[in-house]
Amino acid sequence: MRVFFHIGRYAAFMRHVIRRPERGEIFRRLLVEEMNAIGLQSLGIVALLSVFMGAVICIQTAHQIGGWIPVYTIGFTVRQTMILEFSPTLIPVILAGKVGSNIASQLGTMRVTEQIDALEIMGVNSAGYLVLPKMIAALVCIPFLVILSMALGIGAGMWVGVSTGVSSAADFEYGMQIDFNAFDVTYALIKTCVFALIISSVSAYHGYFTSGGALEVGRSSTKAVVYAVVIVMVANLLLTQMLLG
Amino acid sequence: MIQIHQVSKSFGDQNILRDISATFHPGKVNFIIGRSGSGKSVLTKCTVGLLEPDQGHVTYDGRDFTAMDRVARKAVRQEIGMLFQGSALFDSMTVEENVTFPLRMFSDMTAEEKRERASVCLARVELANAAGKFPSELSGGMQKRVGIARAIAMNPRYLFCDEPNSGLDPQTSIVIDNLIGDLTEEFNMTTVVVSHDMNSVMEASDFIHFVHQGQIAWHGASEDLLQAQNPDLEAFIFASKLMKKVRQTTSS
Repeated sequence: MRVFFHIGRYAAFMRHVIRRPERGEIFRRLLVEEMNAIGLQSLGIVALLSVFMGAVICIQTAHQIGGWIPVYTIGFTVRQTMILEFSPTLIPVILAGKVGSNIASQLGTMRVTEQIDALEIMGVNSAGYLVLPKMIAALVCIPFLVILSMALGIGAGMWVGVSTGVSSAADFEYGMQIDFNAFDVTYALIKTCVFALIISSVSAYHGYFTSGGALEVGRSSTKAVVYAVVIVMVANLLLTQMLLG
Repeated sequence: MIQIHQVSKSFGDQNILRDISATFHPGKVNFIIGRSGSGKSVLTKCTVGLLEPDQGHVTYDGRDFTAMDRVARKAVRQEIGMLFQGSALFDSMTVEENVTFPLRMFSDMTAEEKRERASVCLARVELANAAGKFPSELSGGMQKRVGIARAIAMNPRYLFCDEPNSGLDPQTSIVIDNLIGDLTEEFNMTTVVVSHDMNSVMEASDFIHFVHQGQIAWHGASEDLLQAQNPDLEAFIFASKLMKKVRQTTSS
């Protein structure tokens, strides 16, 4: 029964979030601030993880293939793994930890210090004012981060493959281009957009409905990350079946 | 004038407010007093619409707030200023940005006019030189005064103050109390103050509502408070040694 309560409250919350903003210029300013917080400030961690993921996939694939599997398979595997799963799923999961906990703790703190009540008393739609810029910023920035992750992962795979001698640049490039289906990128970006909405809205929901004090803010932050990751994983399965099955 | 008609509110099987009716007078400081957990904060939240009463209704100068839709409520809320227990200042904004926030959201003032209005409000609470500071750089008393400046920025008709003196020393409390009283008179606001601080009640109240076990157990003018014949109210008022001494002095 508790699940239905949360689903209902989440739906009602989203109805408030997606209302037209009260002031366009204030909304745009908040959107830029959120894009900085969610996008630009996540660039470093996304780049770092993508480089290492691409490099590790390259070494692992080289280790797996025997003499009878062509070497260009390394480039092919790095590309497919980064585009289909690692970048569009693992990066959002990492961002659920970084961005999601940040959103939940920010809103939770605003709730327990009555800042959200203050907005409501002034007549401001607090859910829309606080959450809509975060959701749109996530929807815009996370796909860009994922595209960057794909490029960096594949690039790092190639660099490691060539520098360690497991593949030549030509073999890697050939593998990278072979049997390329542009829909794989579309599929990855569709997933990413859905995950971006899940991460931002689920985290905001947990933060917004925090009650109590500092301890509950911490709990909300943890819950936000756990629920966001679980829902991302379930959505991943459903979307994969829908789009590729 | 704010009127509360037979408002009830429960959480689960706990009846917090039971059929409460009260009237808050314009141009006066109306206190809601009572022990912790008596229901005074819930009553205030039901009055301003942060909580929905289970039954009963609240009217602002004859307008039934409880029956209003979202748009109509928004219009009434722009006539309400509220000072929160913990000030509830936006910590990512400077003092000036906090004060101009409602103006930025709901007025068509130019940037210069907003700044001017903020400086008038901050000067009124004697914080004209704190405009560029962040809330974390201010003392508790200063934060409360910024909260008051923000609350009066839109020239409200109704002012709510939730425990305005909590965490403040007696001298700063008196400054806040006097400020609330002066502003109420100056702007002819209907002011509602929630408090359990008897010093504050004696200092600033015009009318008092005593909430006990979810009901208004006594109400009247502040000058009648010490003579009230209500055992629960007496126990509340004369709980401290200081107030017991006051009673002894007045009775002798």
